[in-house]
Amino acid sequence: MPQRLAVDVRNVSLTFETSDGKVDALSDVSLQIADGEFVSLIGPSGCGKTTMLRMIADLQQPTAGTLLVNGMSAEQARLERRYGYVFQAPALFPWRTIEKNLKLPLEVMGFTDSEQRQRAARYLALVNLTGFERKYPWQLSGGMQQRVSIARALSFDPALLLMDEPFGALDEIVRDHLNEQLLQLWDKTGKTVVFVTHSIPEAVFLSTKIVVMSPRPGRIIDVIDCNFPRDRTLEIRETPEFLRIAQRVRVGLRAGHSYDE
Amino acid sequence: MNPRRLQLGFIVAAAGMLCALVLPLSSEAVATLSARPILVALTLAAALLFAAAAWTGGSRAIALGVLGVLCGAATTLVLLRDPGIGGSAAAGFWAMVLAVWLGAGLCVVELASQRPRGDGARRALNLAVPLLFGAVVFYLWEVLVRGFGVPPVLMPSPSAAAIRFASSLPILGQDFVQTFVRGVLIGYVIGCGAGLLVAIVAQRFSFLGRGLLPLGNFFSALPLVGVAPIMVMWFGFDWPSKAAVVALVTFFPMLVNALAGLSASGHMERDLMRSYGADHRQTLMKLDLPAALPFIFNALKINATLALIGAIVAEFFGTPTQGIGFRISTEAGRMAIDMVWAEIALAAIAGMAFYGLVALAERATTFWHPSYRT
Amino acid sequence: MTSSALALPGAGTLRRRPLVERYAPIVTIVLALIAIWYIAAALMNLSLVRGGFEREEAPYTVSELIAGTMTAERPLLPAPHQVIAAFVDSVFGYAPTAPRSLVYHSIVTLSATLLGFALGALLGTGLALMIVHSRALEKSLLPWIICSQMVPILALAPIFIVVLGAVGLQGLLPKSIISAYLCFFPITIGMVKGFTAPDPMQLDLMRTWSATPRQVLAKLRWPAAVPYLFASLKVAITISLIGAIVAELPTGAEAGIGARLLAGSYYGQTIQIWAALLASAILASGLIGLVDLTERGVARQMGARP
Repeated sequence: MPQRLAVDVRNVSLTFETSDGKVDALSDVSLQIADGEFVSLIGPSGCGKTTMLRMIADLQQPTAGTLLVNGMSAEQARLERRYGYVFQAPALFPWRTIEKNLKLPLEVMGFTDSEQRQRAARYLALVNLTGFERKYPWQLSGGMQQRVSIARALSFDPALLLMDEPFGALDEIVRDHLNEQLLQLWDKTGKTVVFVTHSIPEAVFLSTKIVVMSPRPGRIIDVIDCNFPRDRTLEIRETPEFLRIAQRVRVGLRAGHSYDE
Repeated sequence: MNPRRLQLGFIVAAAGMLCALVLPLSSEAVATLSARPILVALTLAAALLFAAAAWTGGSRAIALGVLGVLCGAATTLVLLRDPGIGGSAAAGFWAMVLAVWLGAGLCVVELASQRPRGDGARRALNLAVPLLFGAVVFYLWEVLVRGFGVPPVLMPSPSAAAIRFASSLPILGQDFVQTFVRGVLIGYVIGCGAGLLVAIVAQRFSFLGRGLLPLGNFFSALPLVGVAPIMVMWFGFDWPSKAAVVALVTFFPMLVNALAGLSASGHMERDLMRSYGADHRQTLMKLDLPAALPFIFNALKINATLALIGAIVAEFFGTPTQGIGFRISTEAGRMAIDMVWAEIALAAIAGMAFYGLVALAERATTFWHPSYRT
Repeated sequence: MTSSALALPGAGTLRRRPLVERYAPIVTIVLALIAIWYIAAALMNLSLVRGGFEREEAPYTVSELIAGTMTAERPLLPAPHQVIAAFVDSVFGYAPTAPRSLVYHSIVTLSATLLGFALGALLGTGLALMIVHSRALEKSLLPWIICSQMVPILALAPIFIVVLGAVGLQGLLPKSIISAYLCFFPITIGMVKGFTAPDPMQLDLMRTWSATPRQVLAKLRWPAAVPYLFASLKVAITISLIGAIVAELPTGAEAGIGARLLAGSYYGQTIQIWAALLASAILASGLIGLVDLTERGVARQMGARP
């Protein structure tokens, strides 16, 4: 039975004019993402991965091609609050406590007061930050703030989670820890995740499907399926299977001239 | 401070105090210091304390020095009450004043170089140093004016001004209500409110914003108090014309700052609100306005001073029979300078209280801003 | 007096946009404001003009009424062209030394402004240097200087004039002293901020080279303070101008823009007041423009981004 497509991208292009001439941020890209998958987009700067993510989120519009999210247009999906977005930085509002930050999307979307309180408590617990409700963002470390940001994206129960290099600004030790946590979260909630990253080990560790992209023009070089067991830990990164897939990603990146200046 | 210099300084101060026992106190014939037993005791105490300060040195010298300063200052102030000394003070008197000045200066310098550990101690120090410094300035002002017999028309002593202040409270109260409560507050609320509203509208329609910002900057720099005579023509002599001037003067800084503040929210936060499907009003209330608060308060603080200046200067152009500006210009014309100083003191107190209140409100609402956390 | 550190947000992107797009908003709004001015003038002067016609018991048409509002002698709100006409007349219609020439009055005010500004700038910078190098001064004097920002110092102008007049100082000097006194506070605070602006890292670097305080001042603190210097100079020169104008008010001085404003208000010469205001606006923008030009020249010398 064919799974429902969470994201259906067909022949999408995004071109814009700069003072140096036309730039093809994305050129005739097609991609299908099914429900429940964890898809990583990996590639160097300028390959269009963030652009693709922003188009799915209706934060940018394609100049050609069609894009469907959960069977409807991206704008429709946004207005119906079908996805949660996590940015590179926590983007927490410094004038709100952690609890109020979690309630922000719920306030905008019109949830009742008691629902807001329940959801905030539930999702804070999900990221293991119970007890920090009354703190302010600057009182938490970078890793903790990012966890709050993830909890906030989940608080209104979207089926789709869009994450733009969420752990890029954190040091490697914290990053490893958060990778494990994210994996457990995904396993527990069964959401569809589209994850943009620079890091090959991160992509291979987390994903069910890896999409290797390259720049000038932005396009997909390779799509790699991964089927690691869902209860994997970080030790899996030393196994030959893991290294083989990582190598395949690296080959794809080189083929796309990602290592040329 | 160099401990040698500190020692030397206190020794000179002690010597200065003792000089008064020998040198004449006044160019007129008055009883010498030795004929006033209490004052002799105080003088000797001051000299002793200074000497002790020279001997102990370091931070303990500060306490001793301050006590010595108090004794010496008290002596000089009591001496001034003698009509023979006030106005014709001579070397002995001035030796004491210089000694007190030197001692106080040494205390201030030594106090300023202390580095206390605790937060509370540090805050107390930051309060004590300027207060001590200010007290010395007032003391010198008092002593110089009365010792040299400066005509009160030229410059009254602080005590005379304070007495005039205390005895004119009803008039001062009237002036305060006229200028501050009616002119300043009403104009401030109207001007700042209008500035904020226009900024909100201008943020919505970026064409308007791009045109208004340079105009706002231009008008903020103009001497807008000059429109006071025009306002008088339109609104009459009473407080509405002053409120109008204040409203005009406070409008532009608020417009410029609020516009900057409303566009201060980051791209990421704005994308976040977009991803929630938030409409313009929700984004304004939940993101743009809170993020703009630091800028808005910056303007509110600037405007607090501008409003007061605007109201007072506007009154120089004519006002019925009360108001701070009115009183200053008429009393200055009448050469009643002590009344002028009393009014200025009123304006200063009002200005500082107003600014302080705004700053407190700022602290309460923008505690989250990085500038408070360094 | 405004938030001096406020630059045009997005000024960089503005400059990259085509000319029309850049100036269209400002021009549109200015034109709209002028249109509103004309309409307001017509409306506000209406009753005045109608009263005039009725007193003469002359019949009038609507168009005559409107024309009357645009040419009234003592209007409540003069029309723009009236102001410009009066301005041009006062500037070019008289010799620059005649008491009725706006140029004469502007020069009087301008000289007090510039002298006061120069004195205030020197004093302010000197004081800032002392504060930065002496902890005692910083802790004892700086809080008072900050407090003085909250006090309406302009209110002191009258007594200054009167007191100095009693001592025999009149004319240019007391006005300049007032202007100097007014503008030296923002300059002091701005320069203290500027001299203490260098990064701790940069100061540490100078320490590793065993630099003397004088070398640190010359090579690090001064260059770092330049932007703050110019920001506070812009604020100071506007305050200095206001101070010079206000200083002309209390004793009913005879020369200067403030005096013109006062005379206009005493004799009900509305258009004269507006013309004087226009002159002060031109002076203010001219002075700020000068400081701005100097700043850009210096910035270019110091390698700032265009």
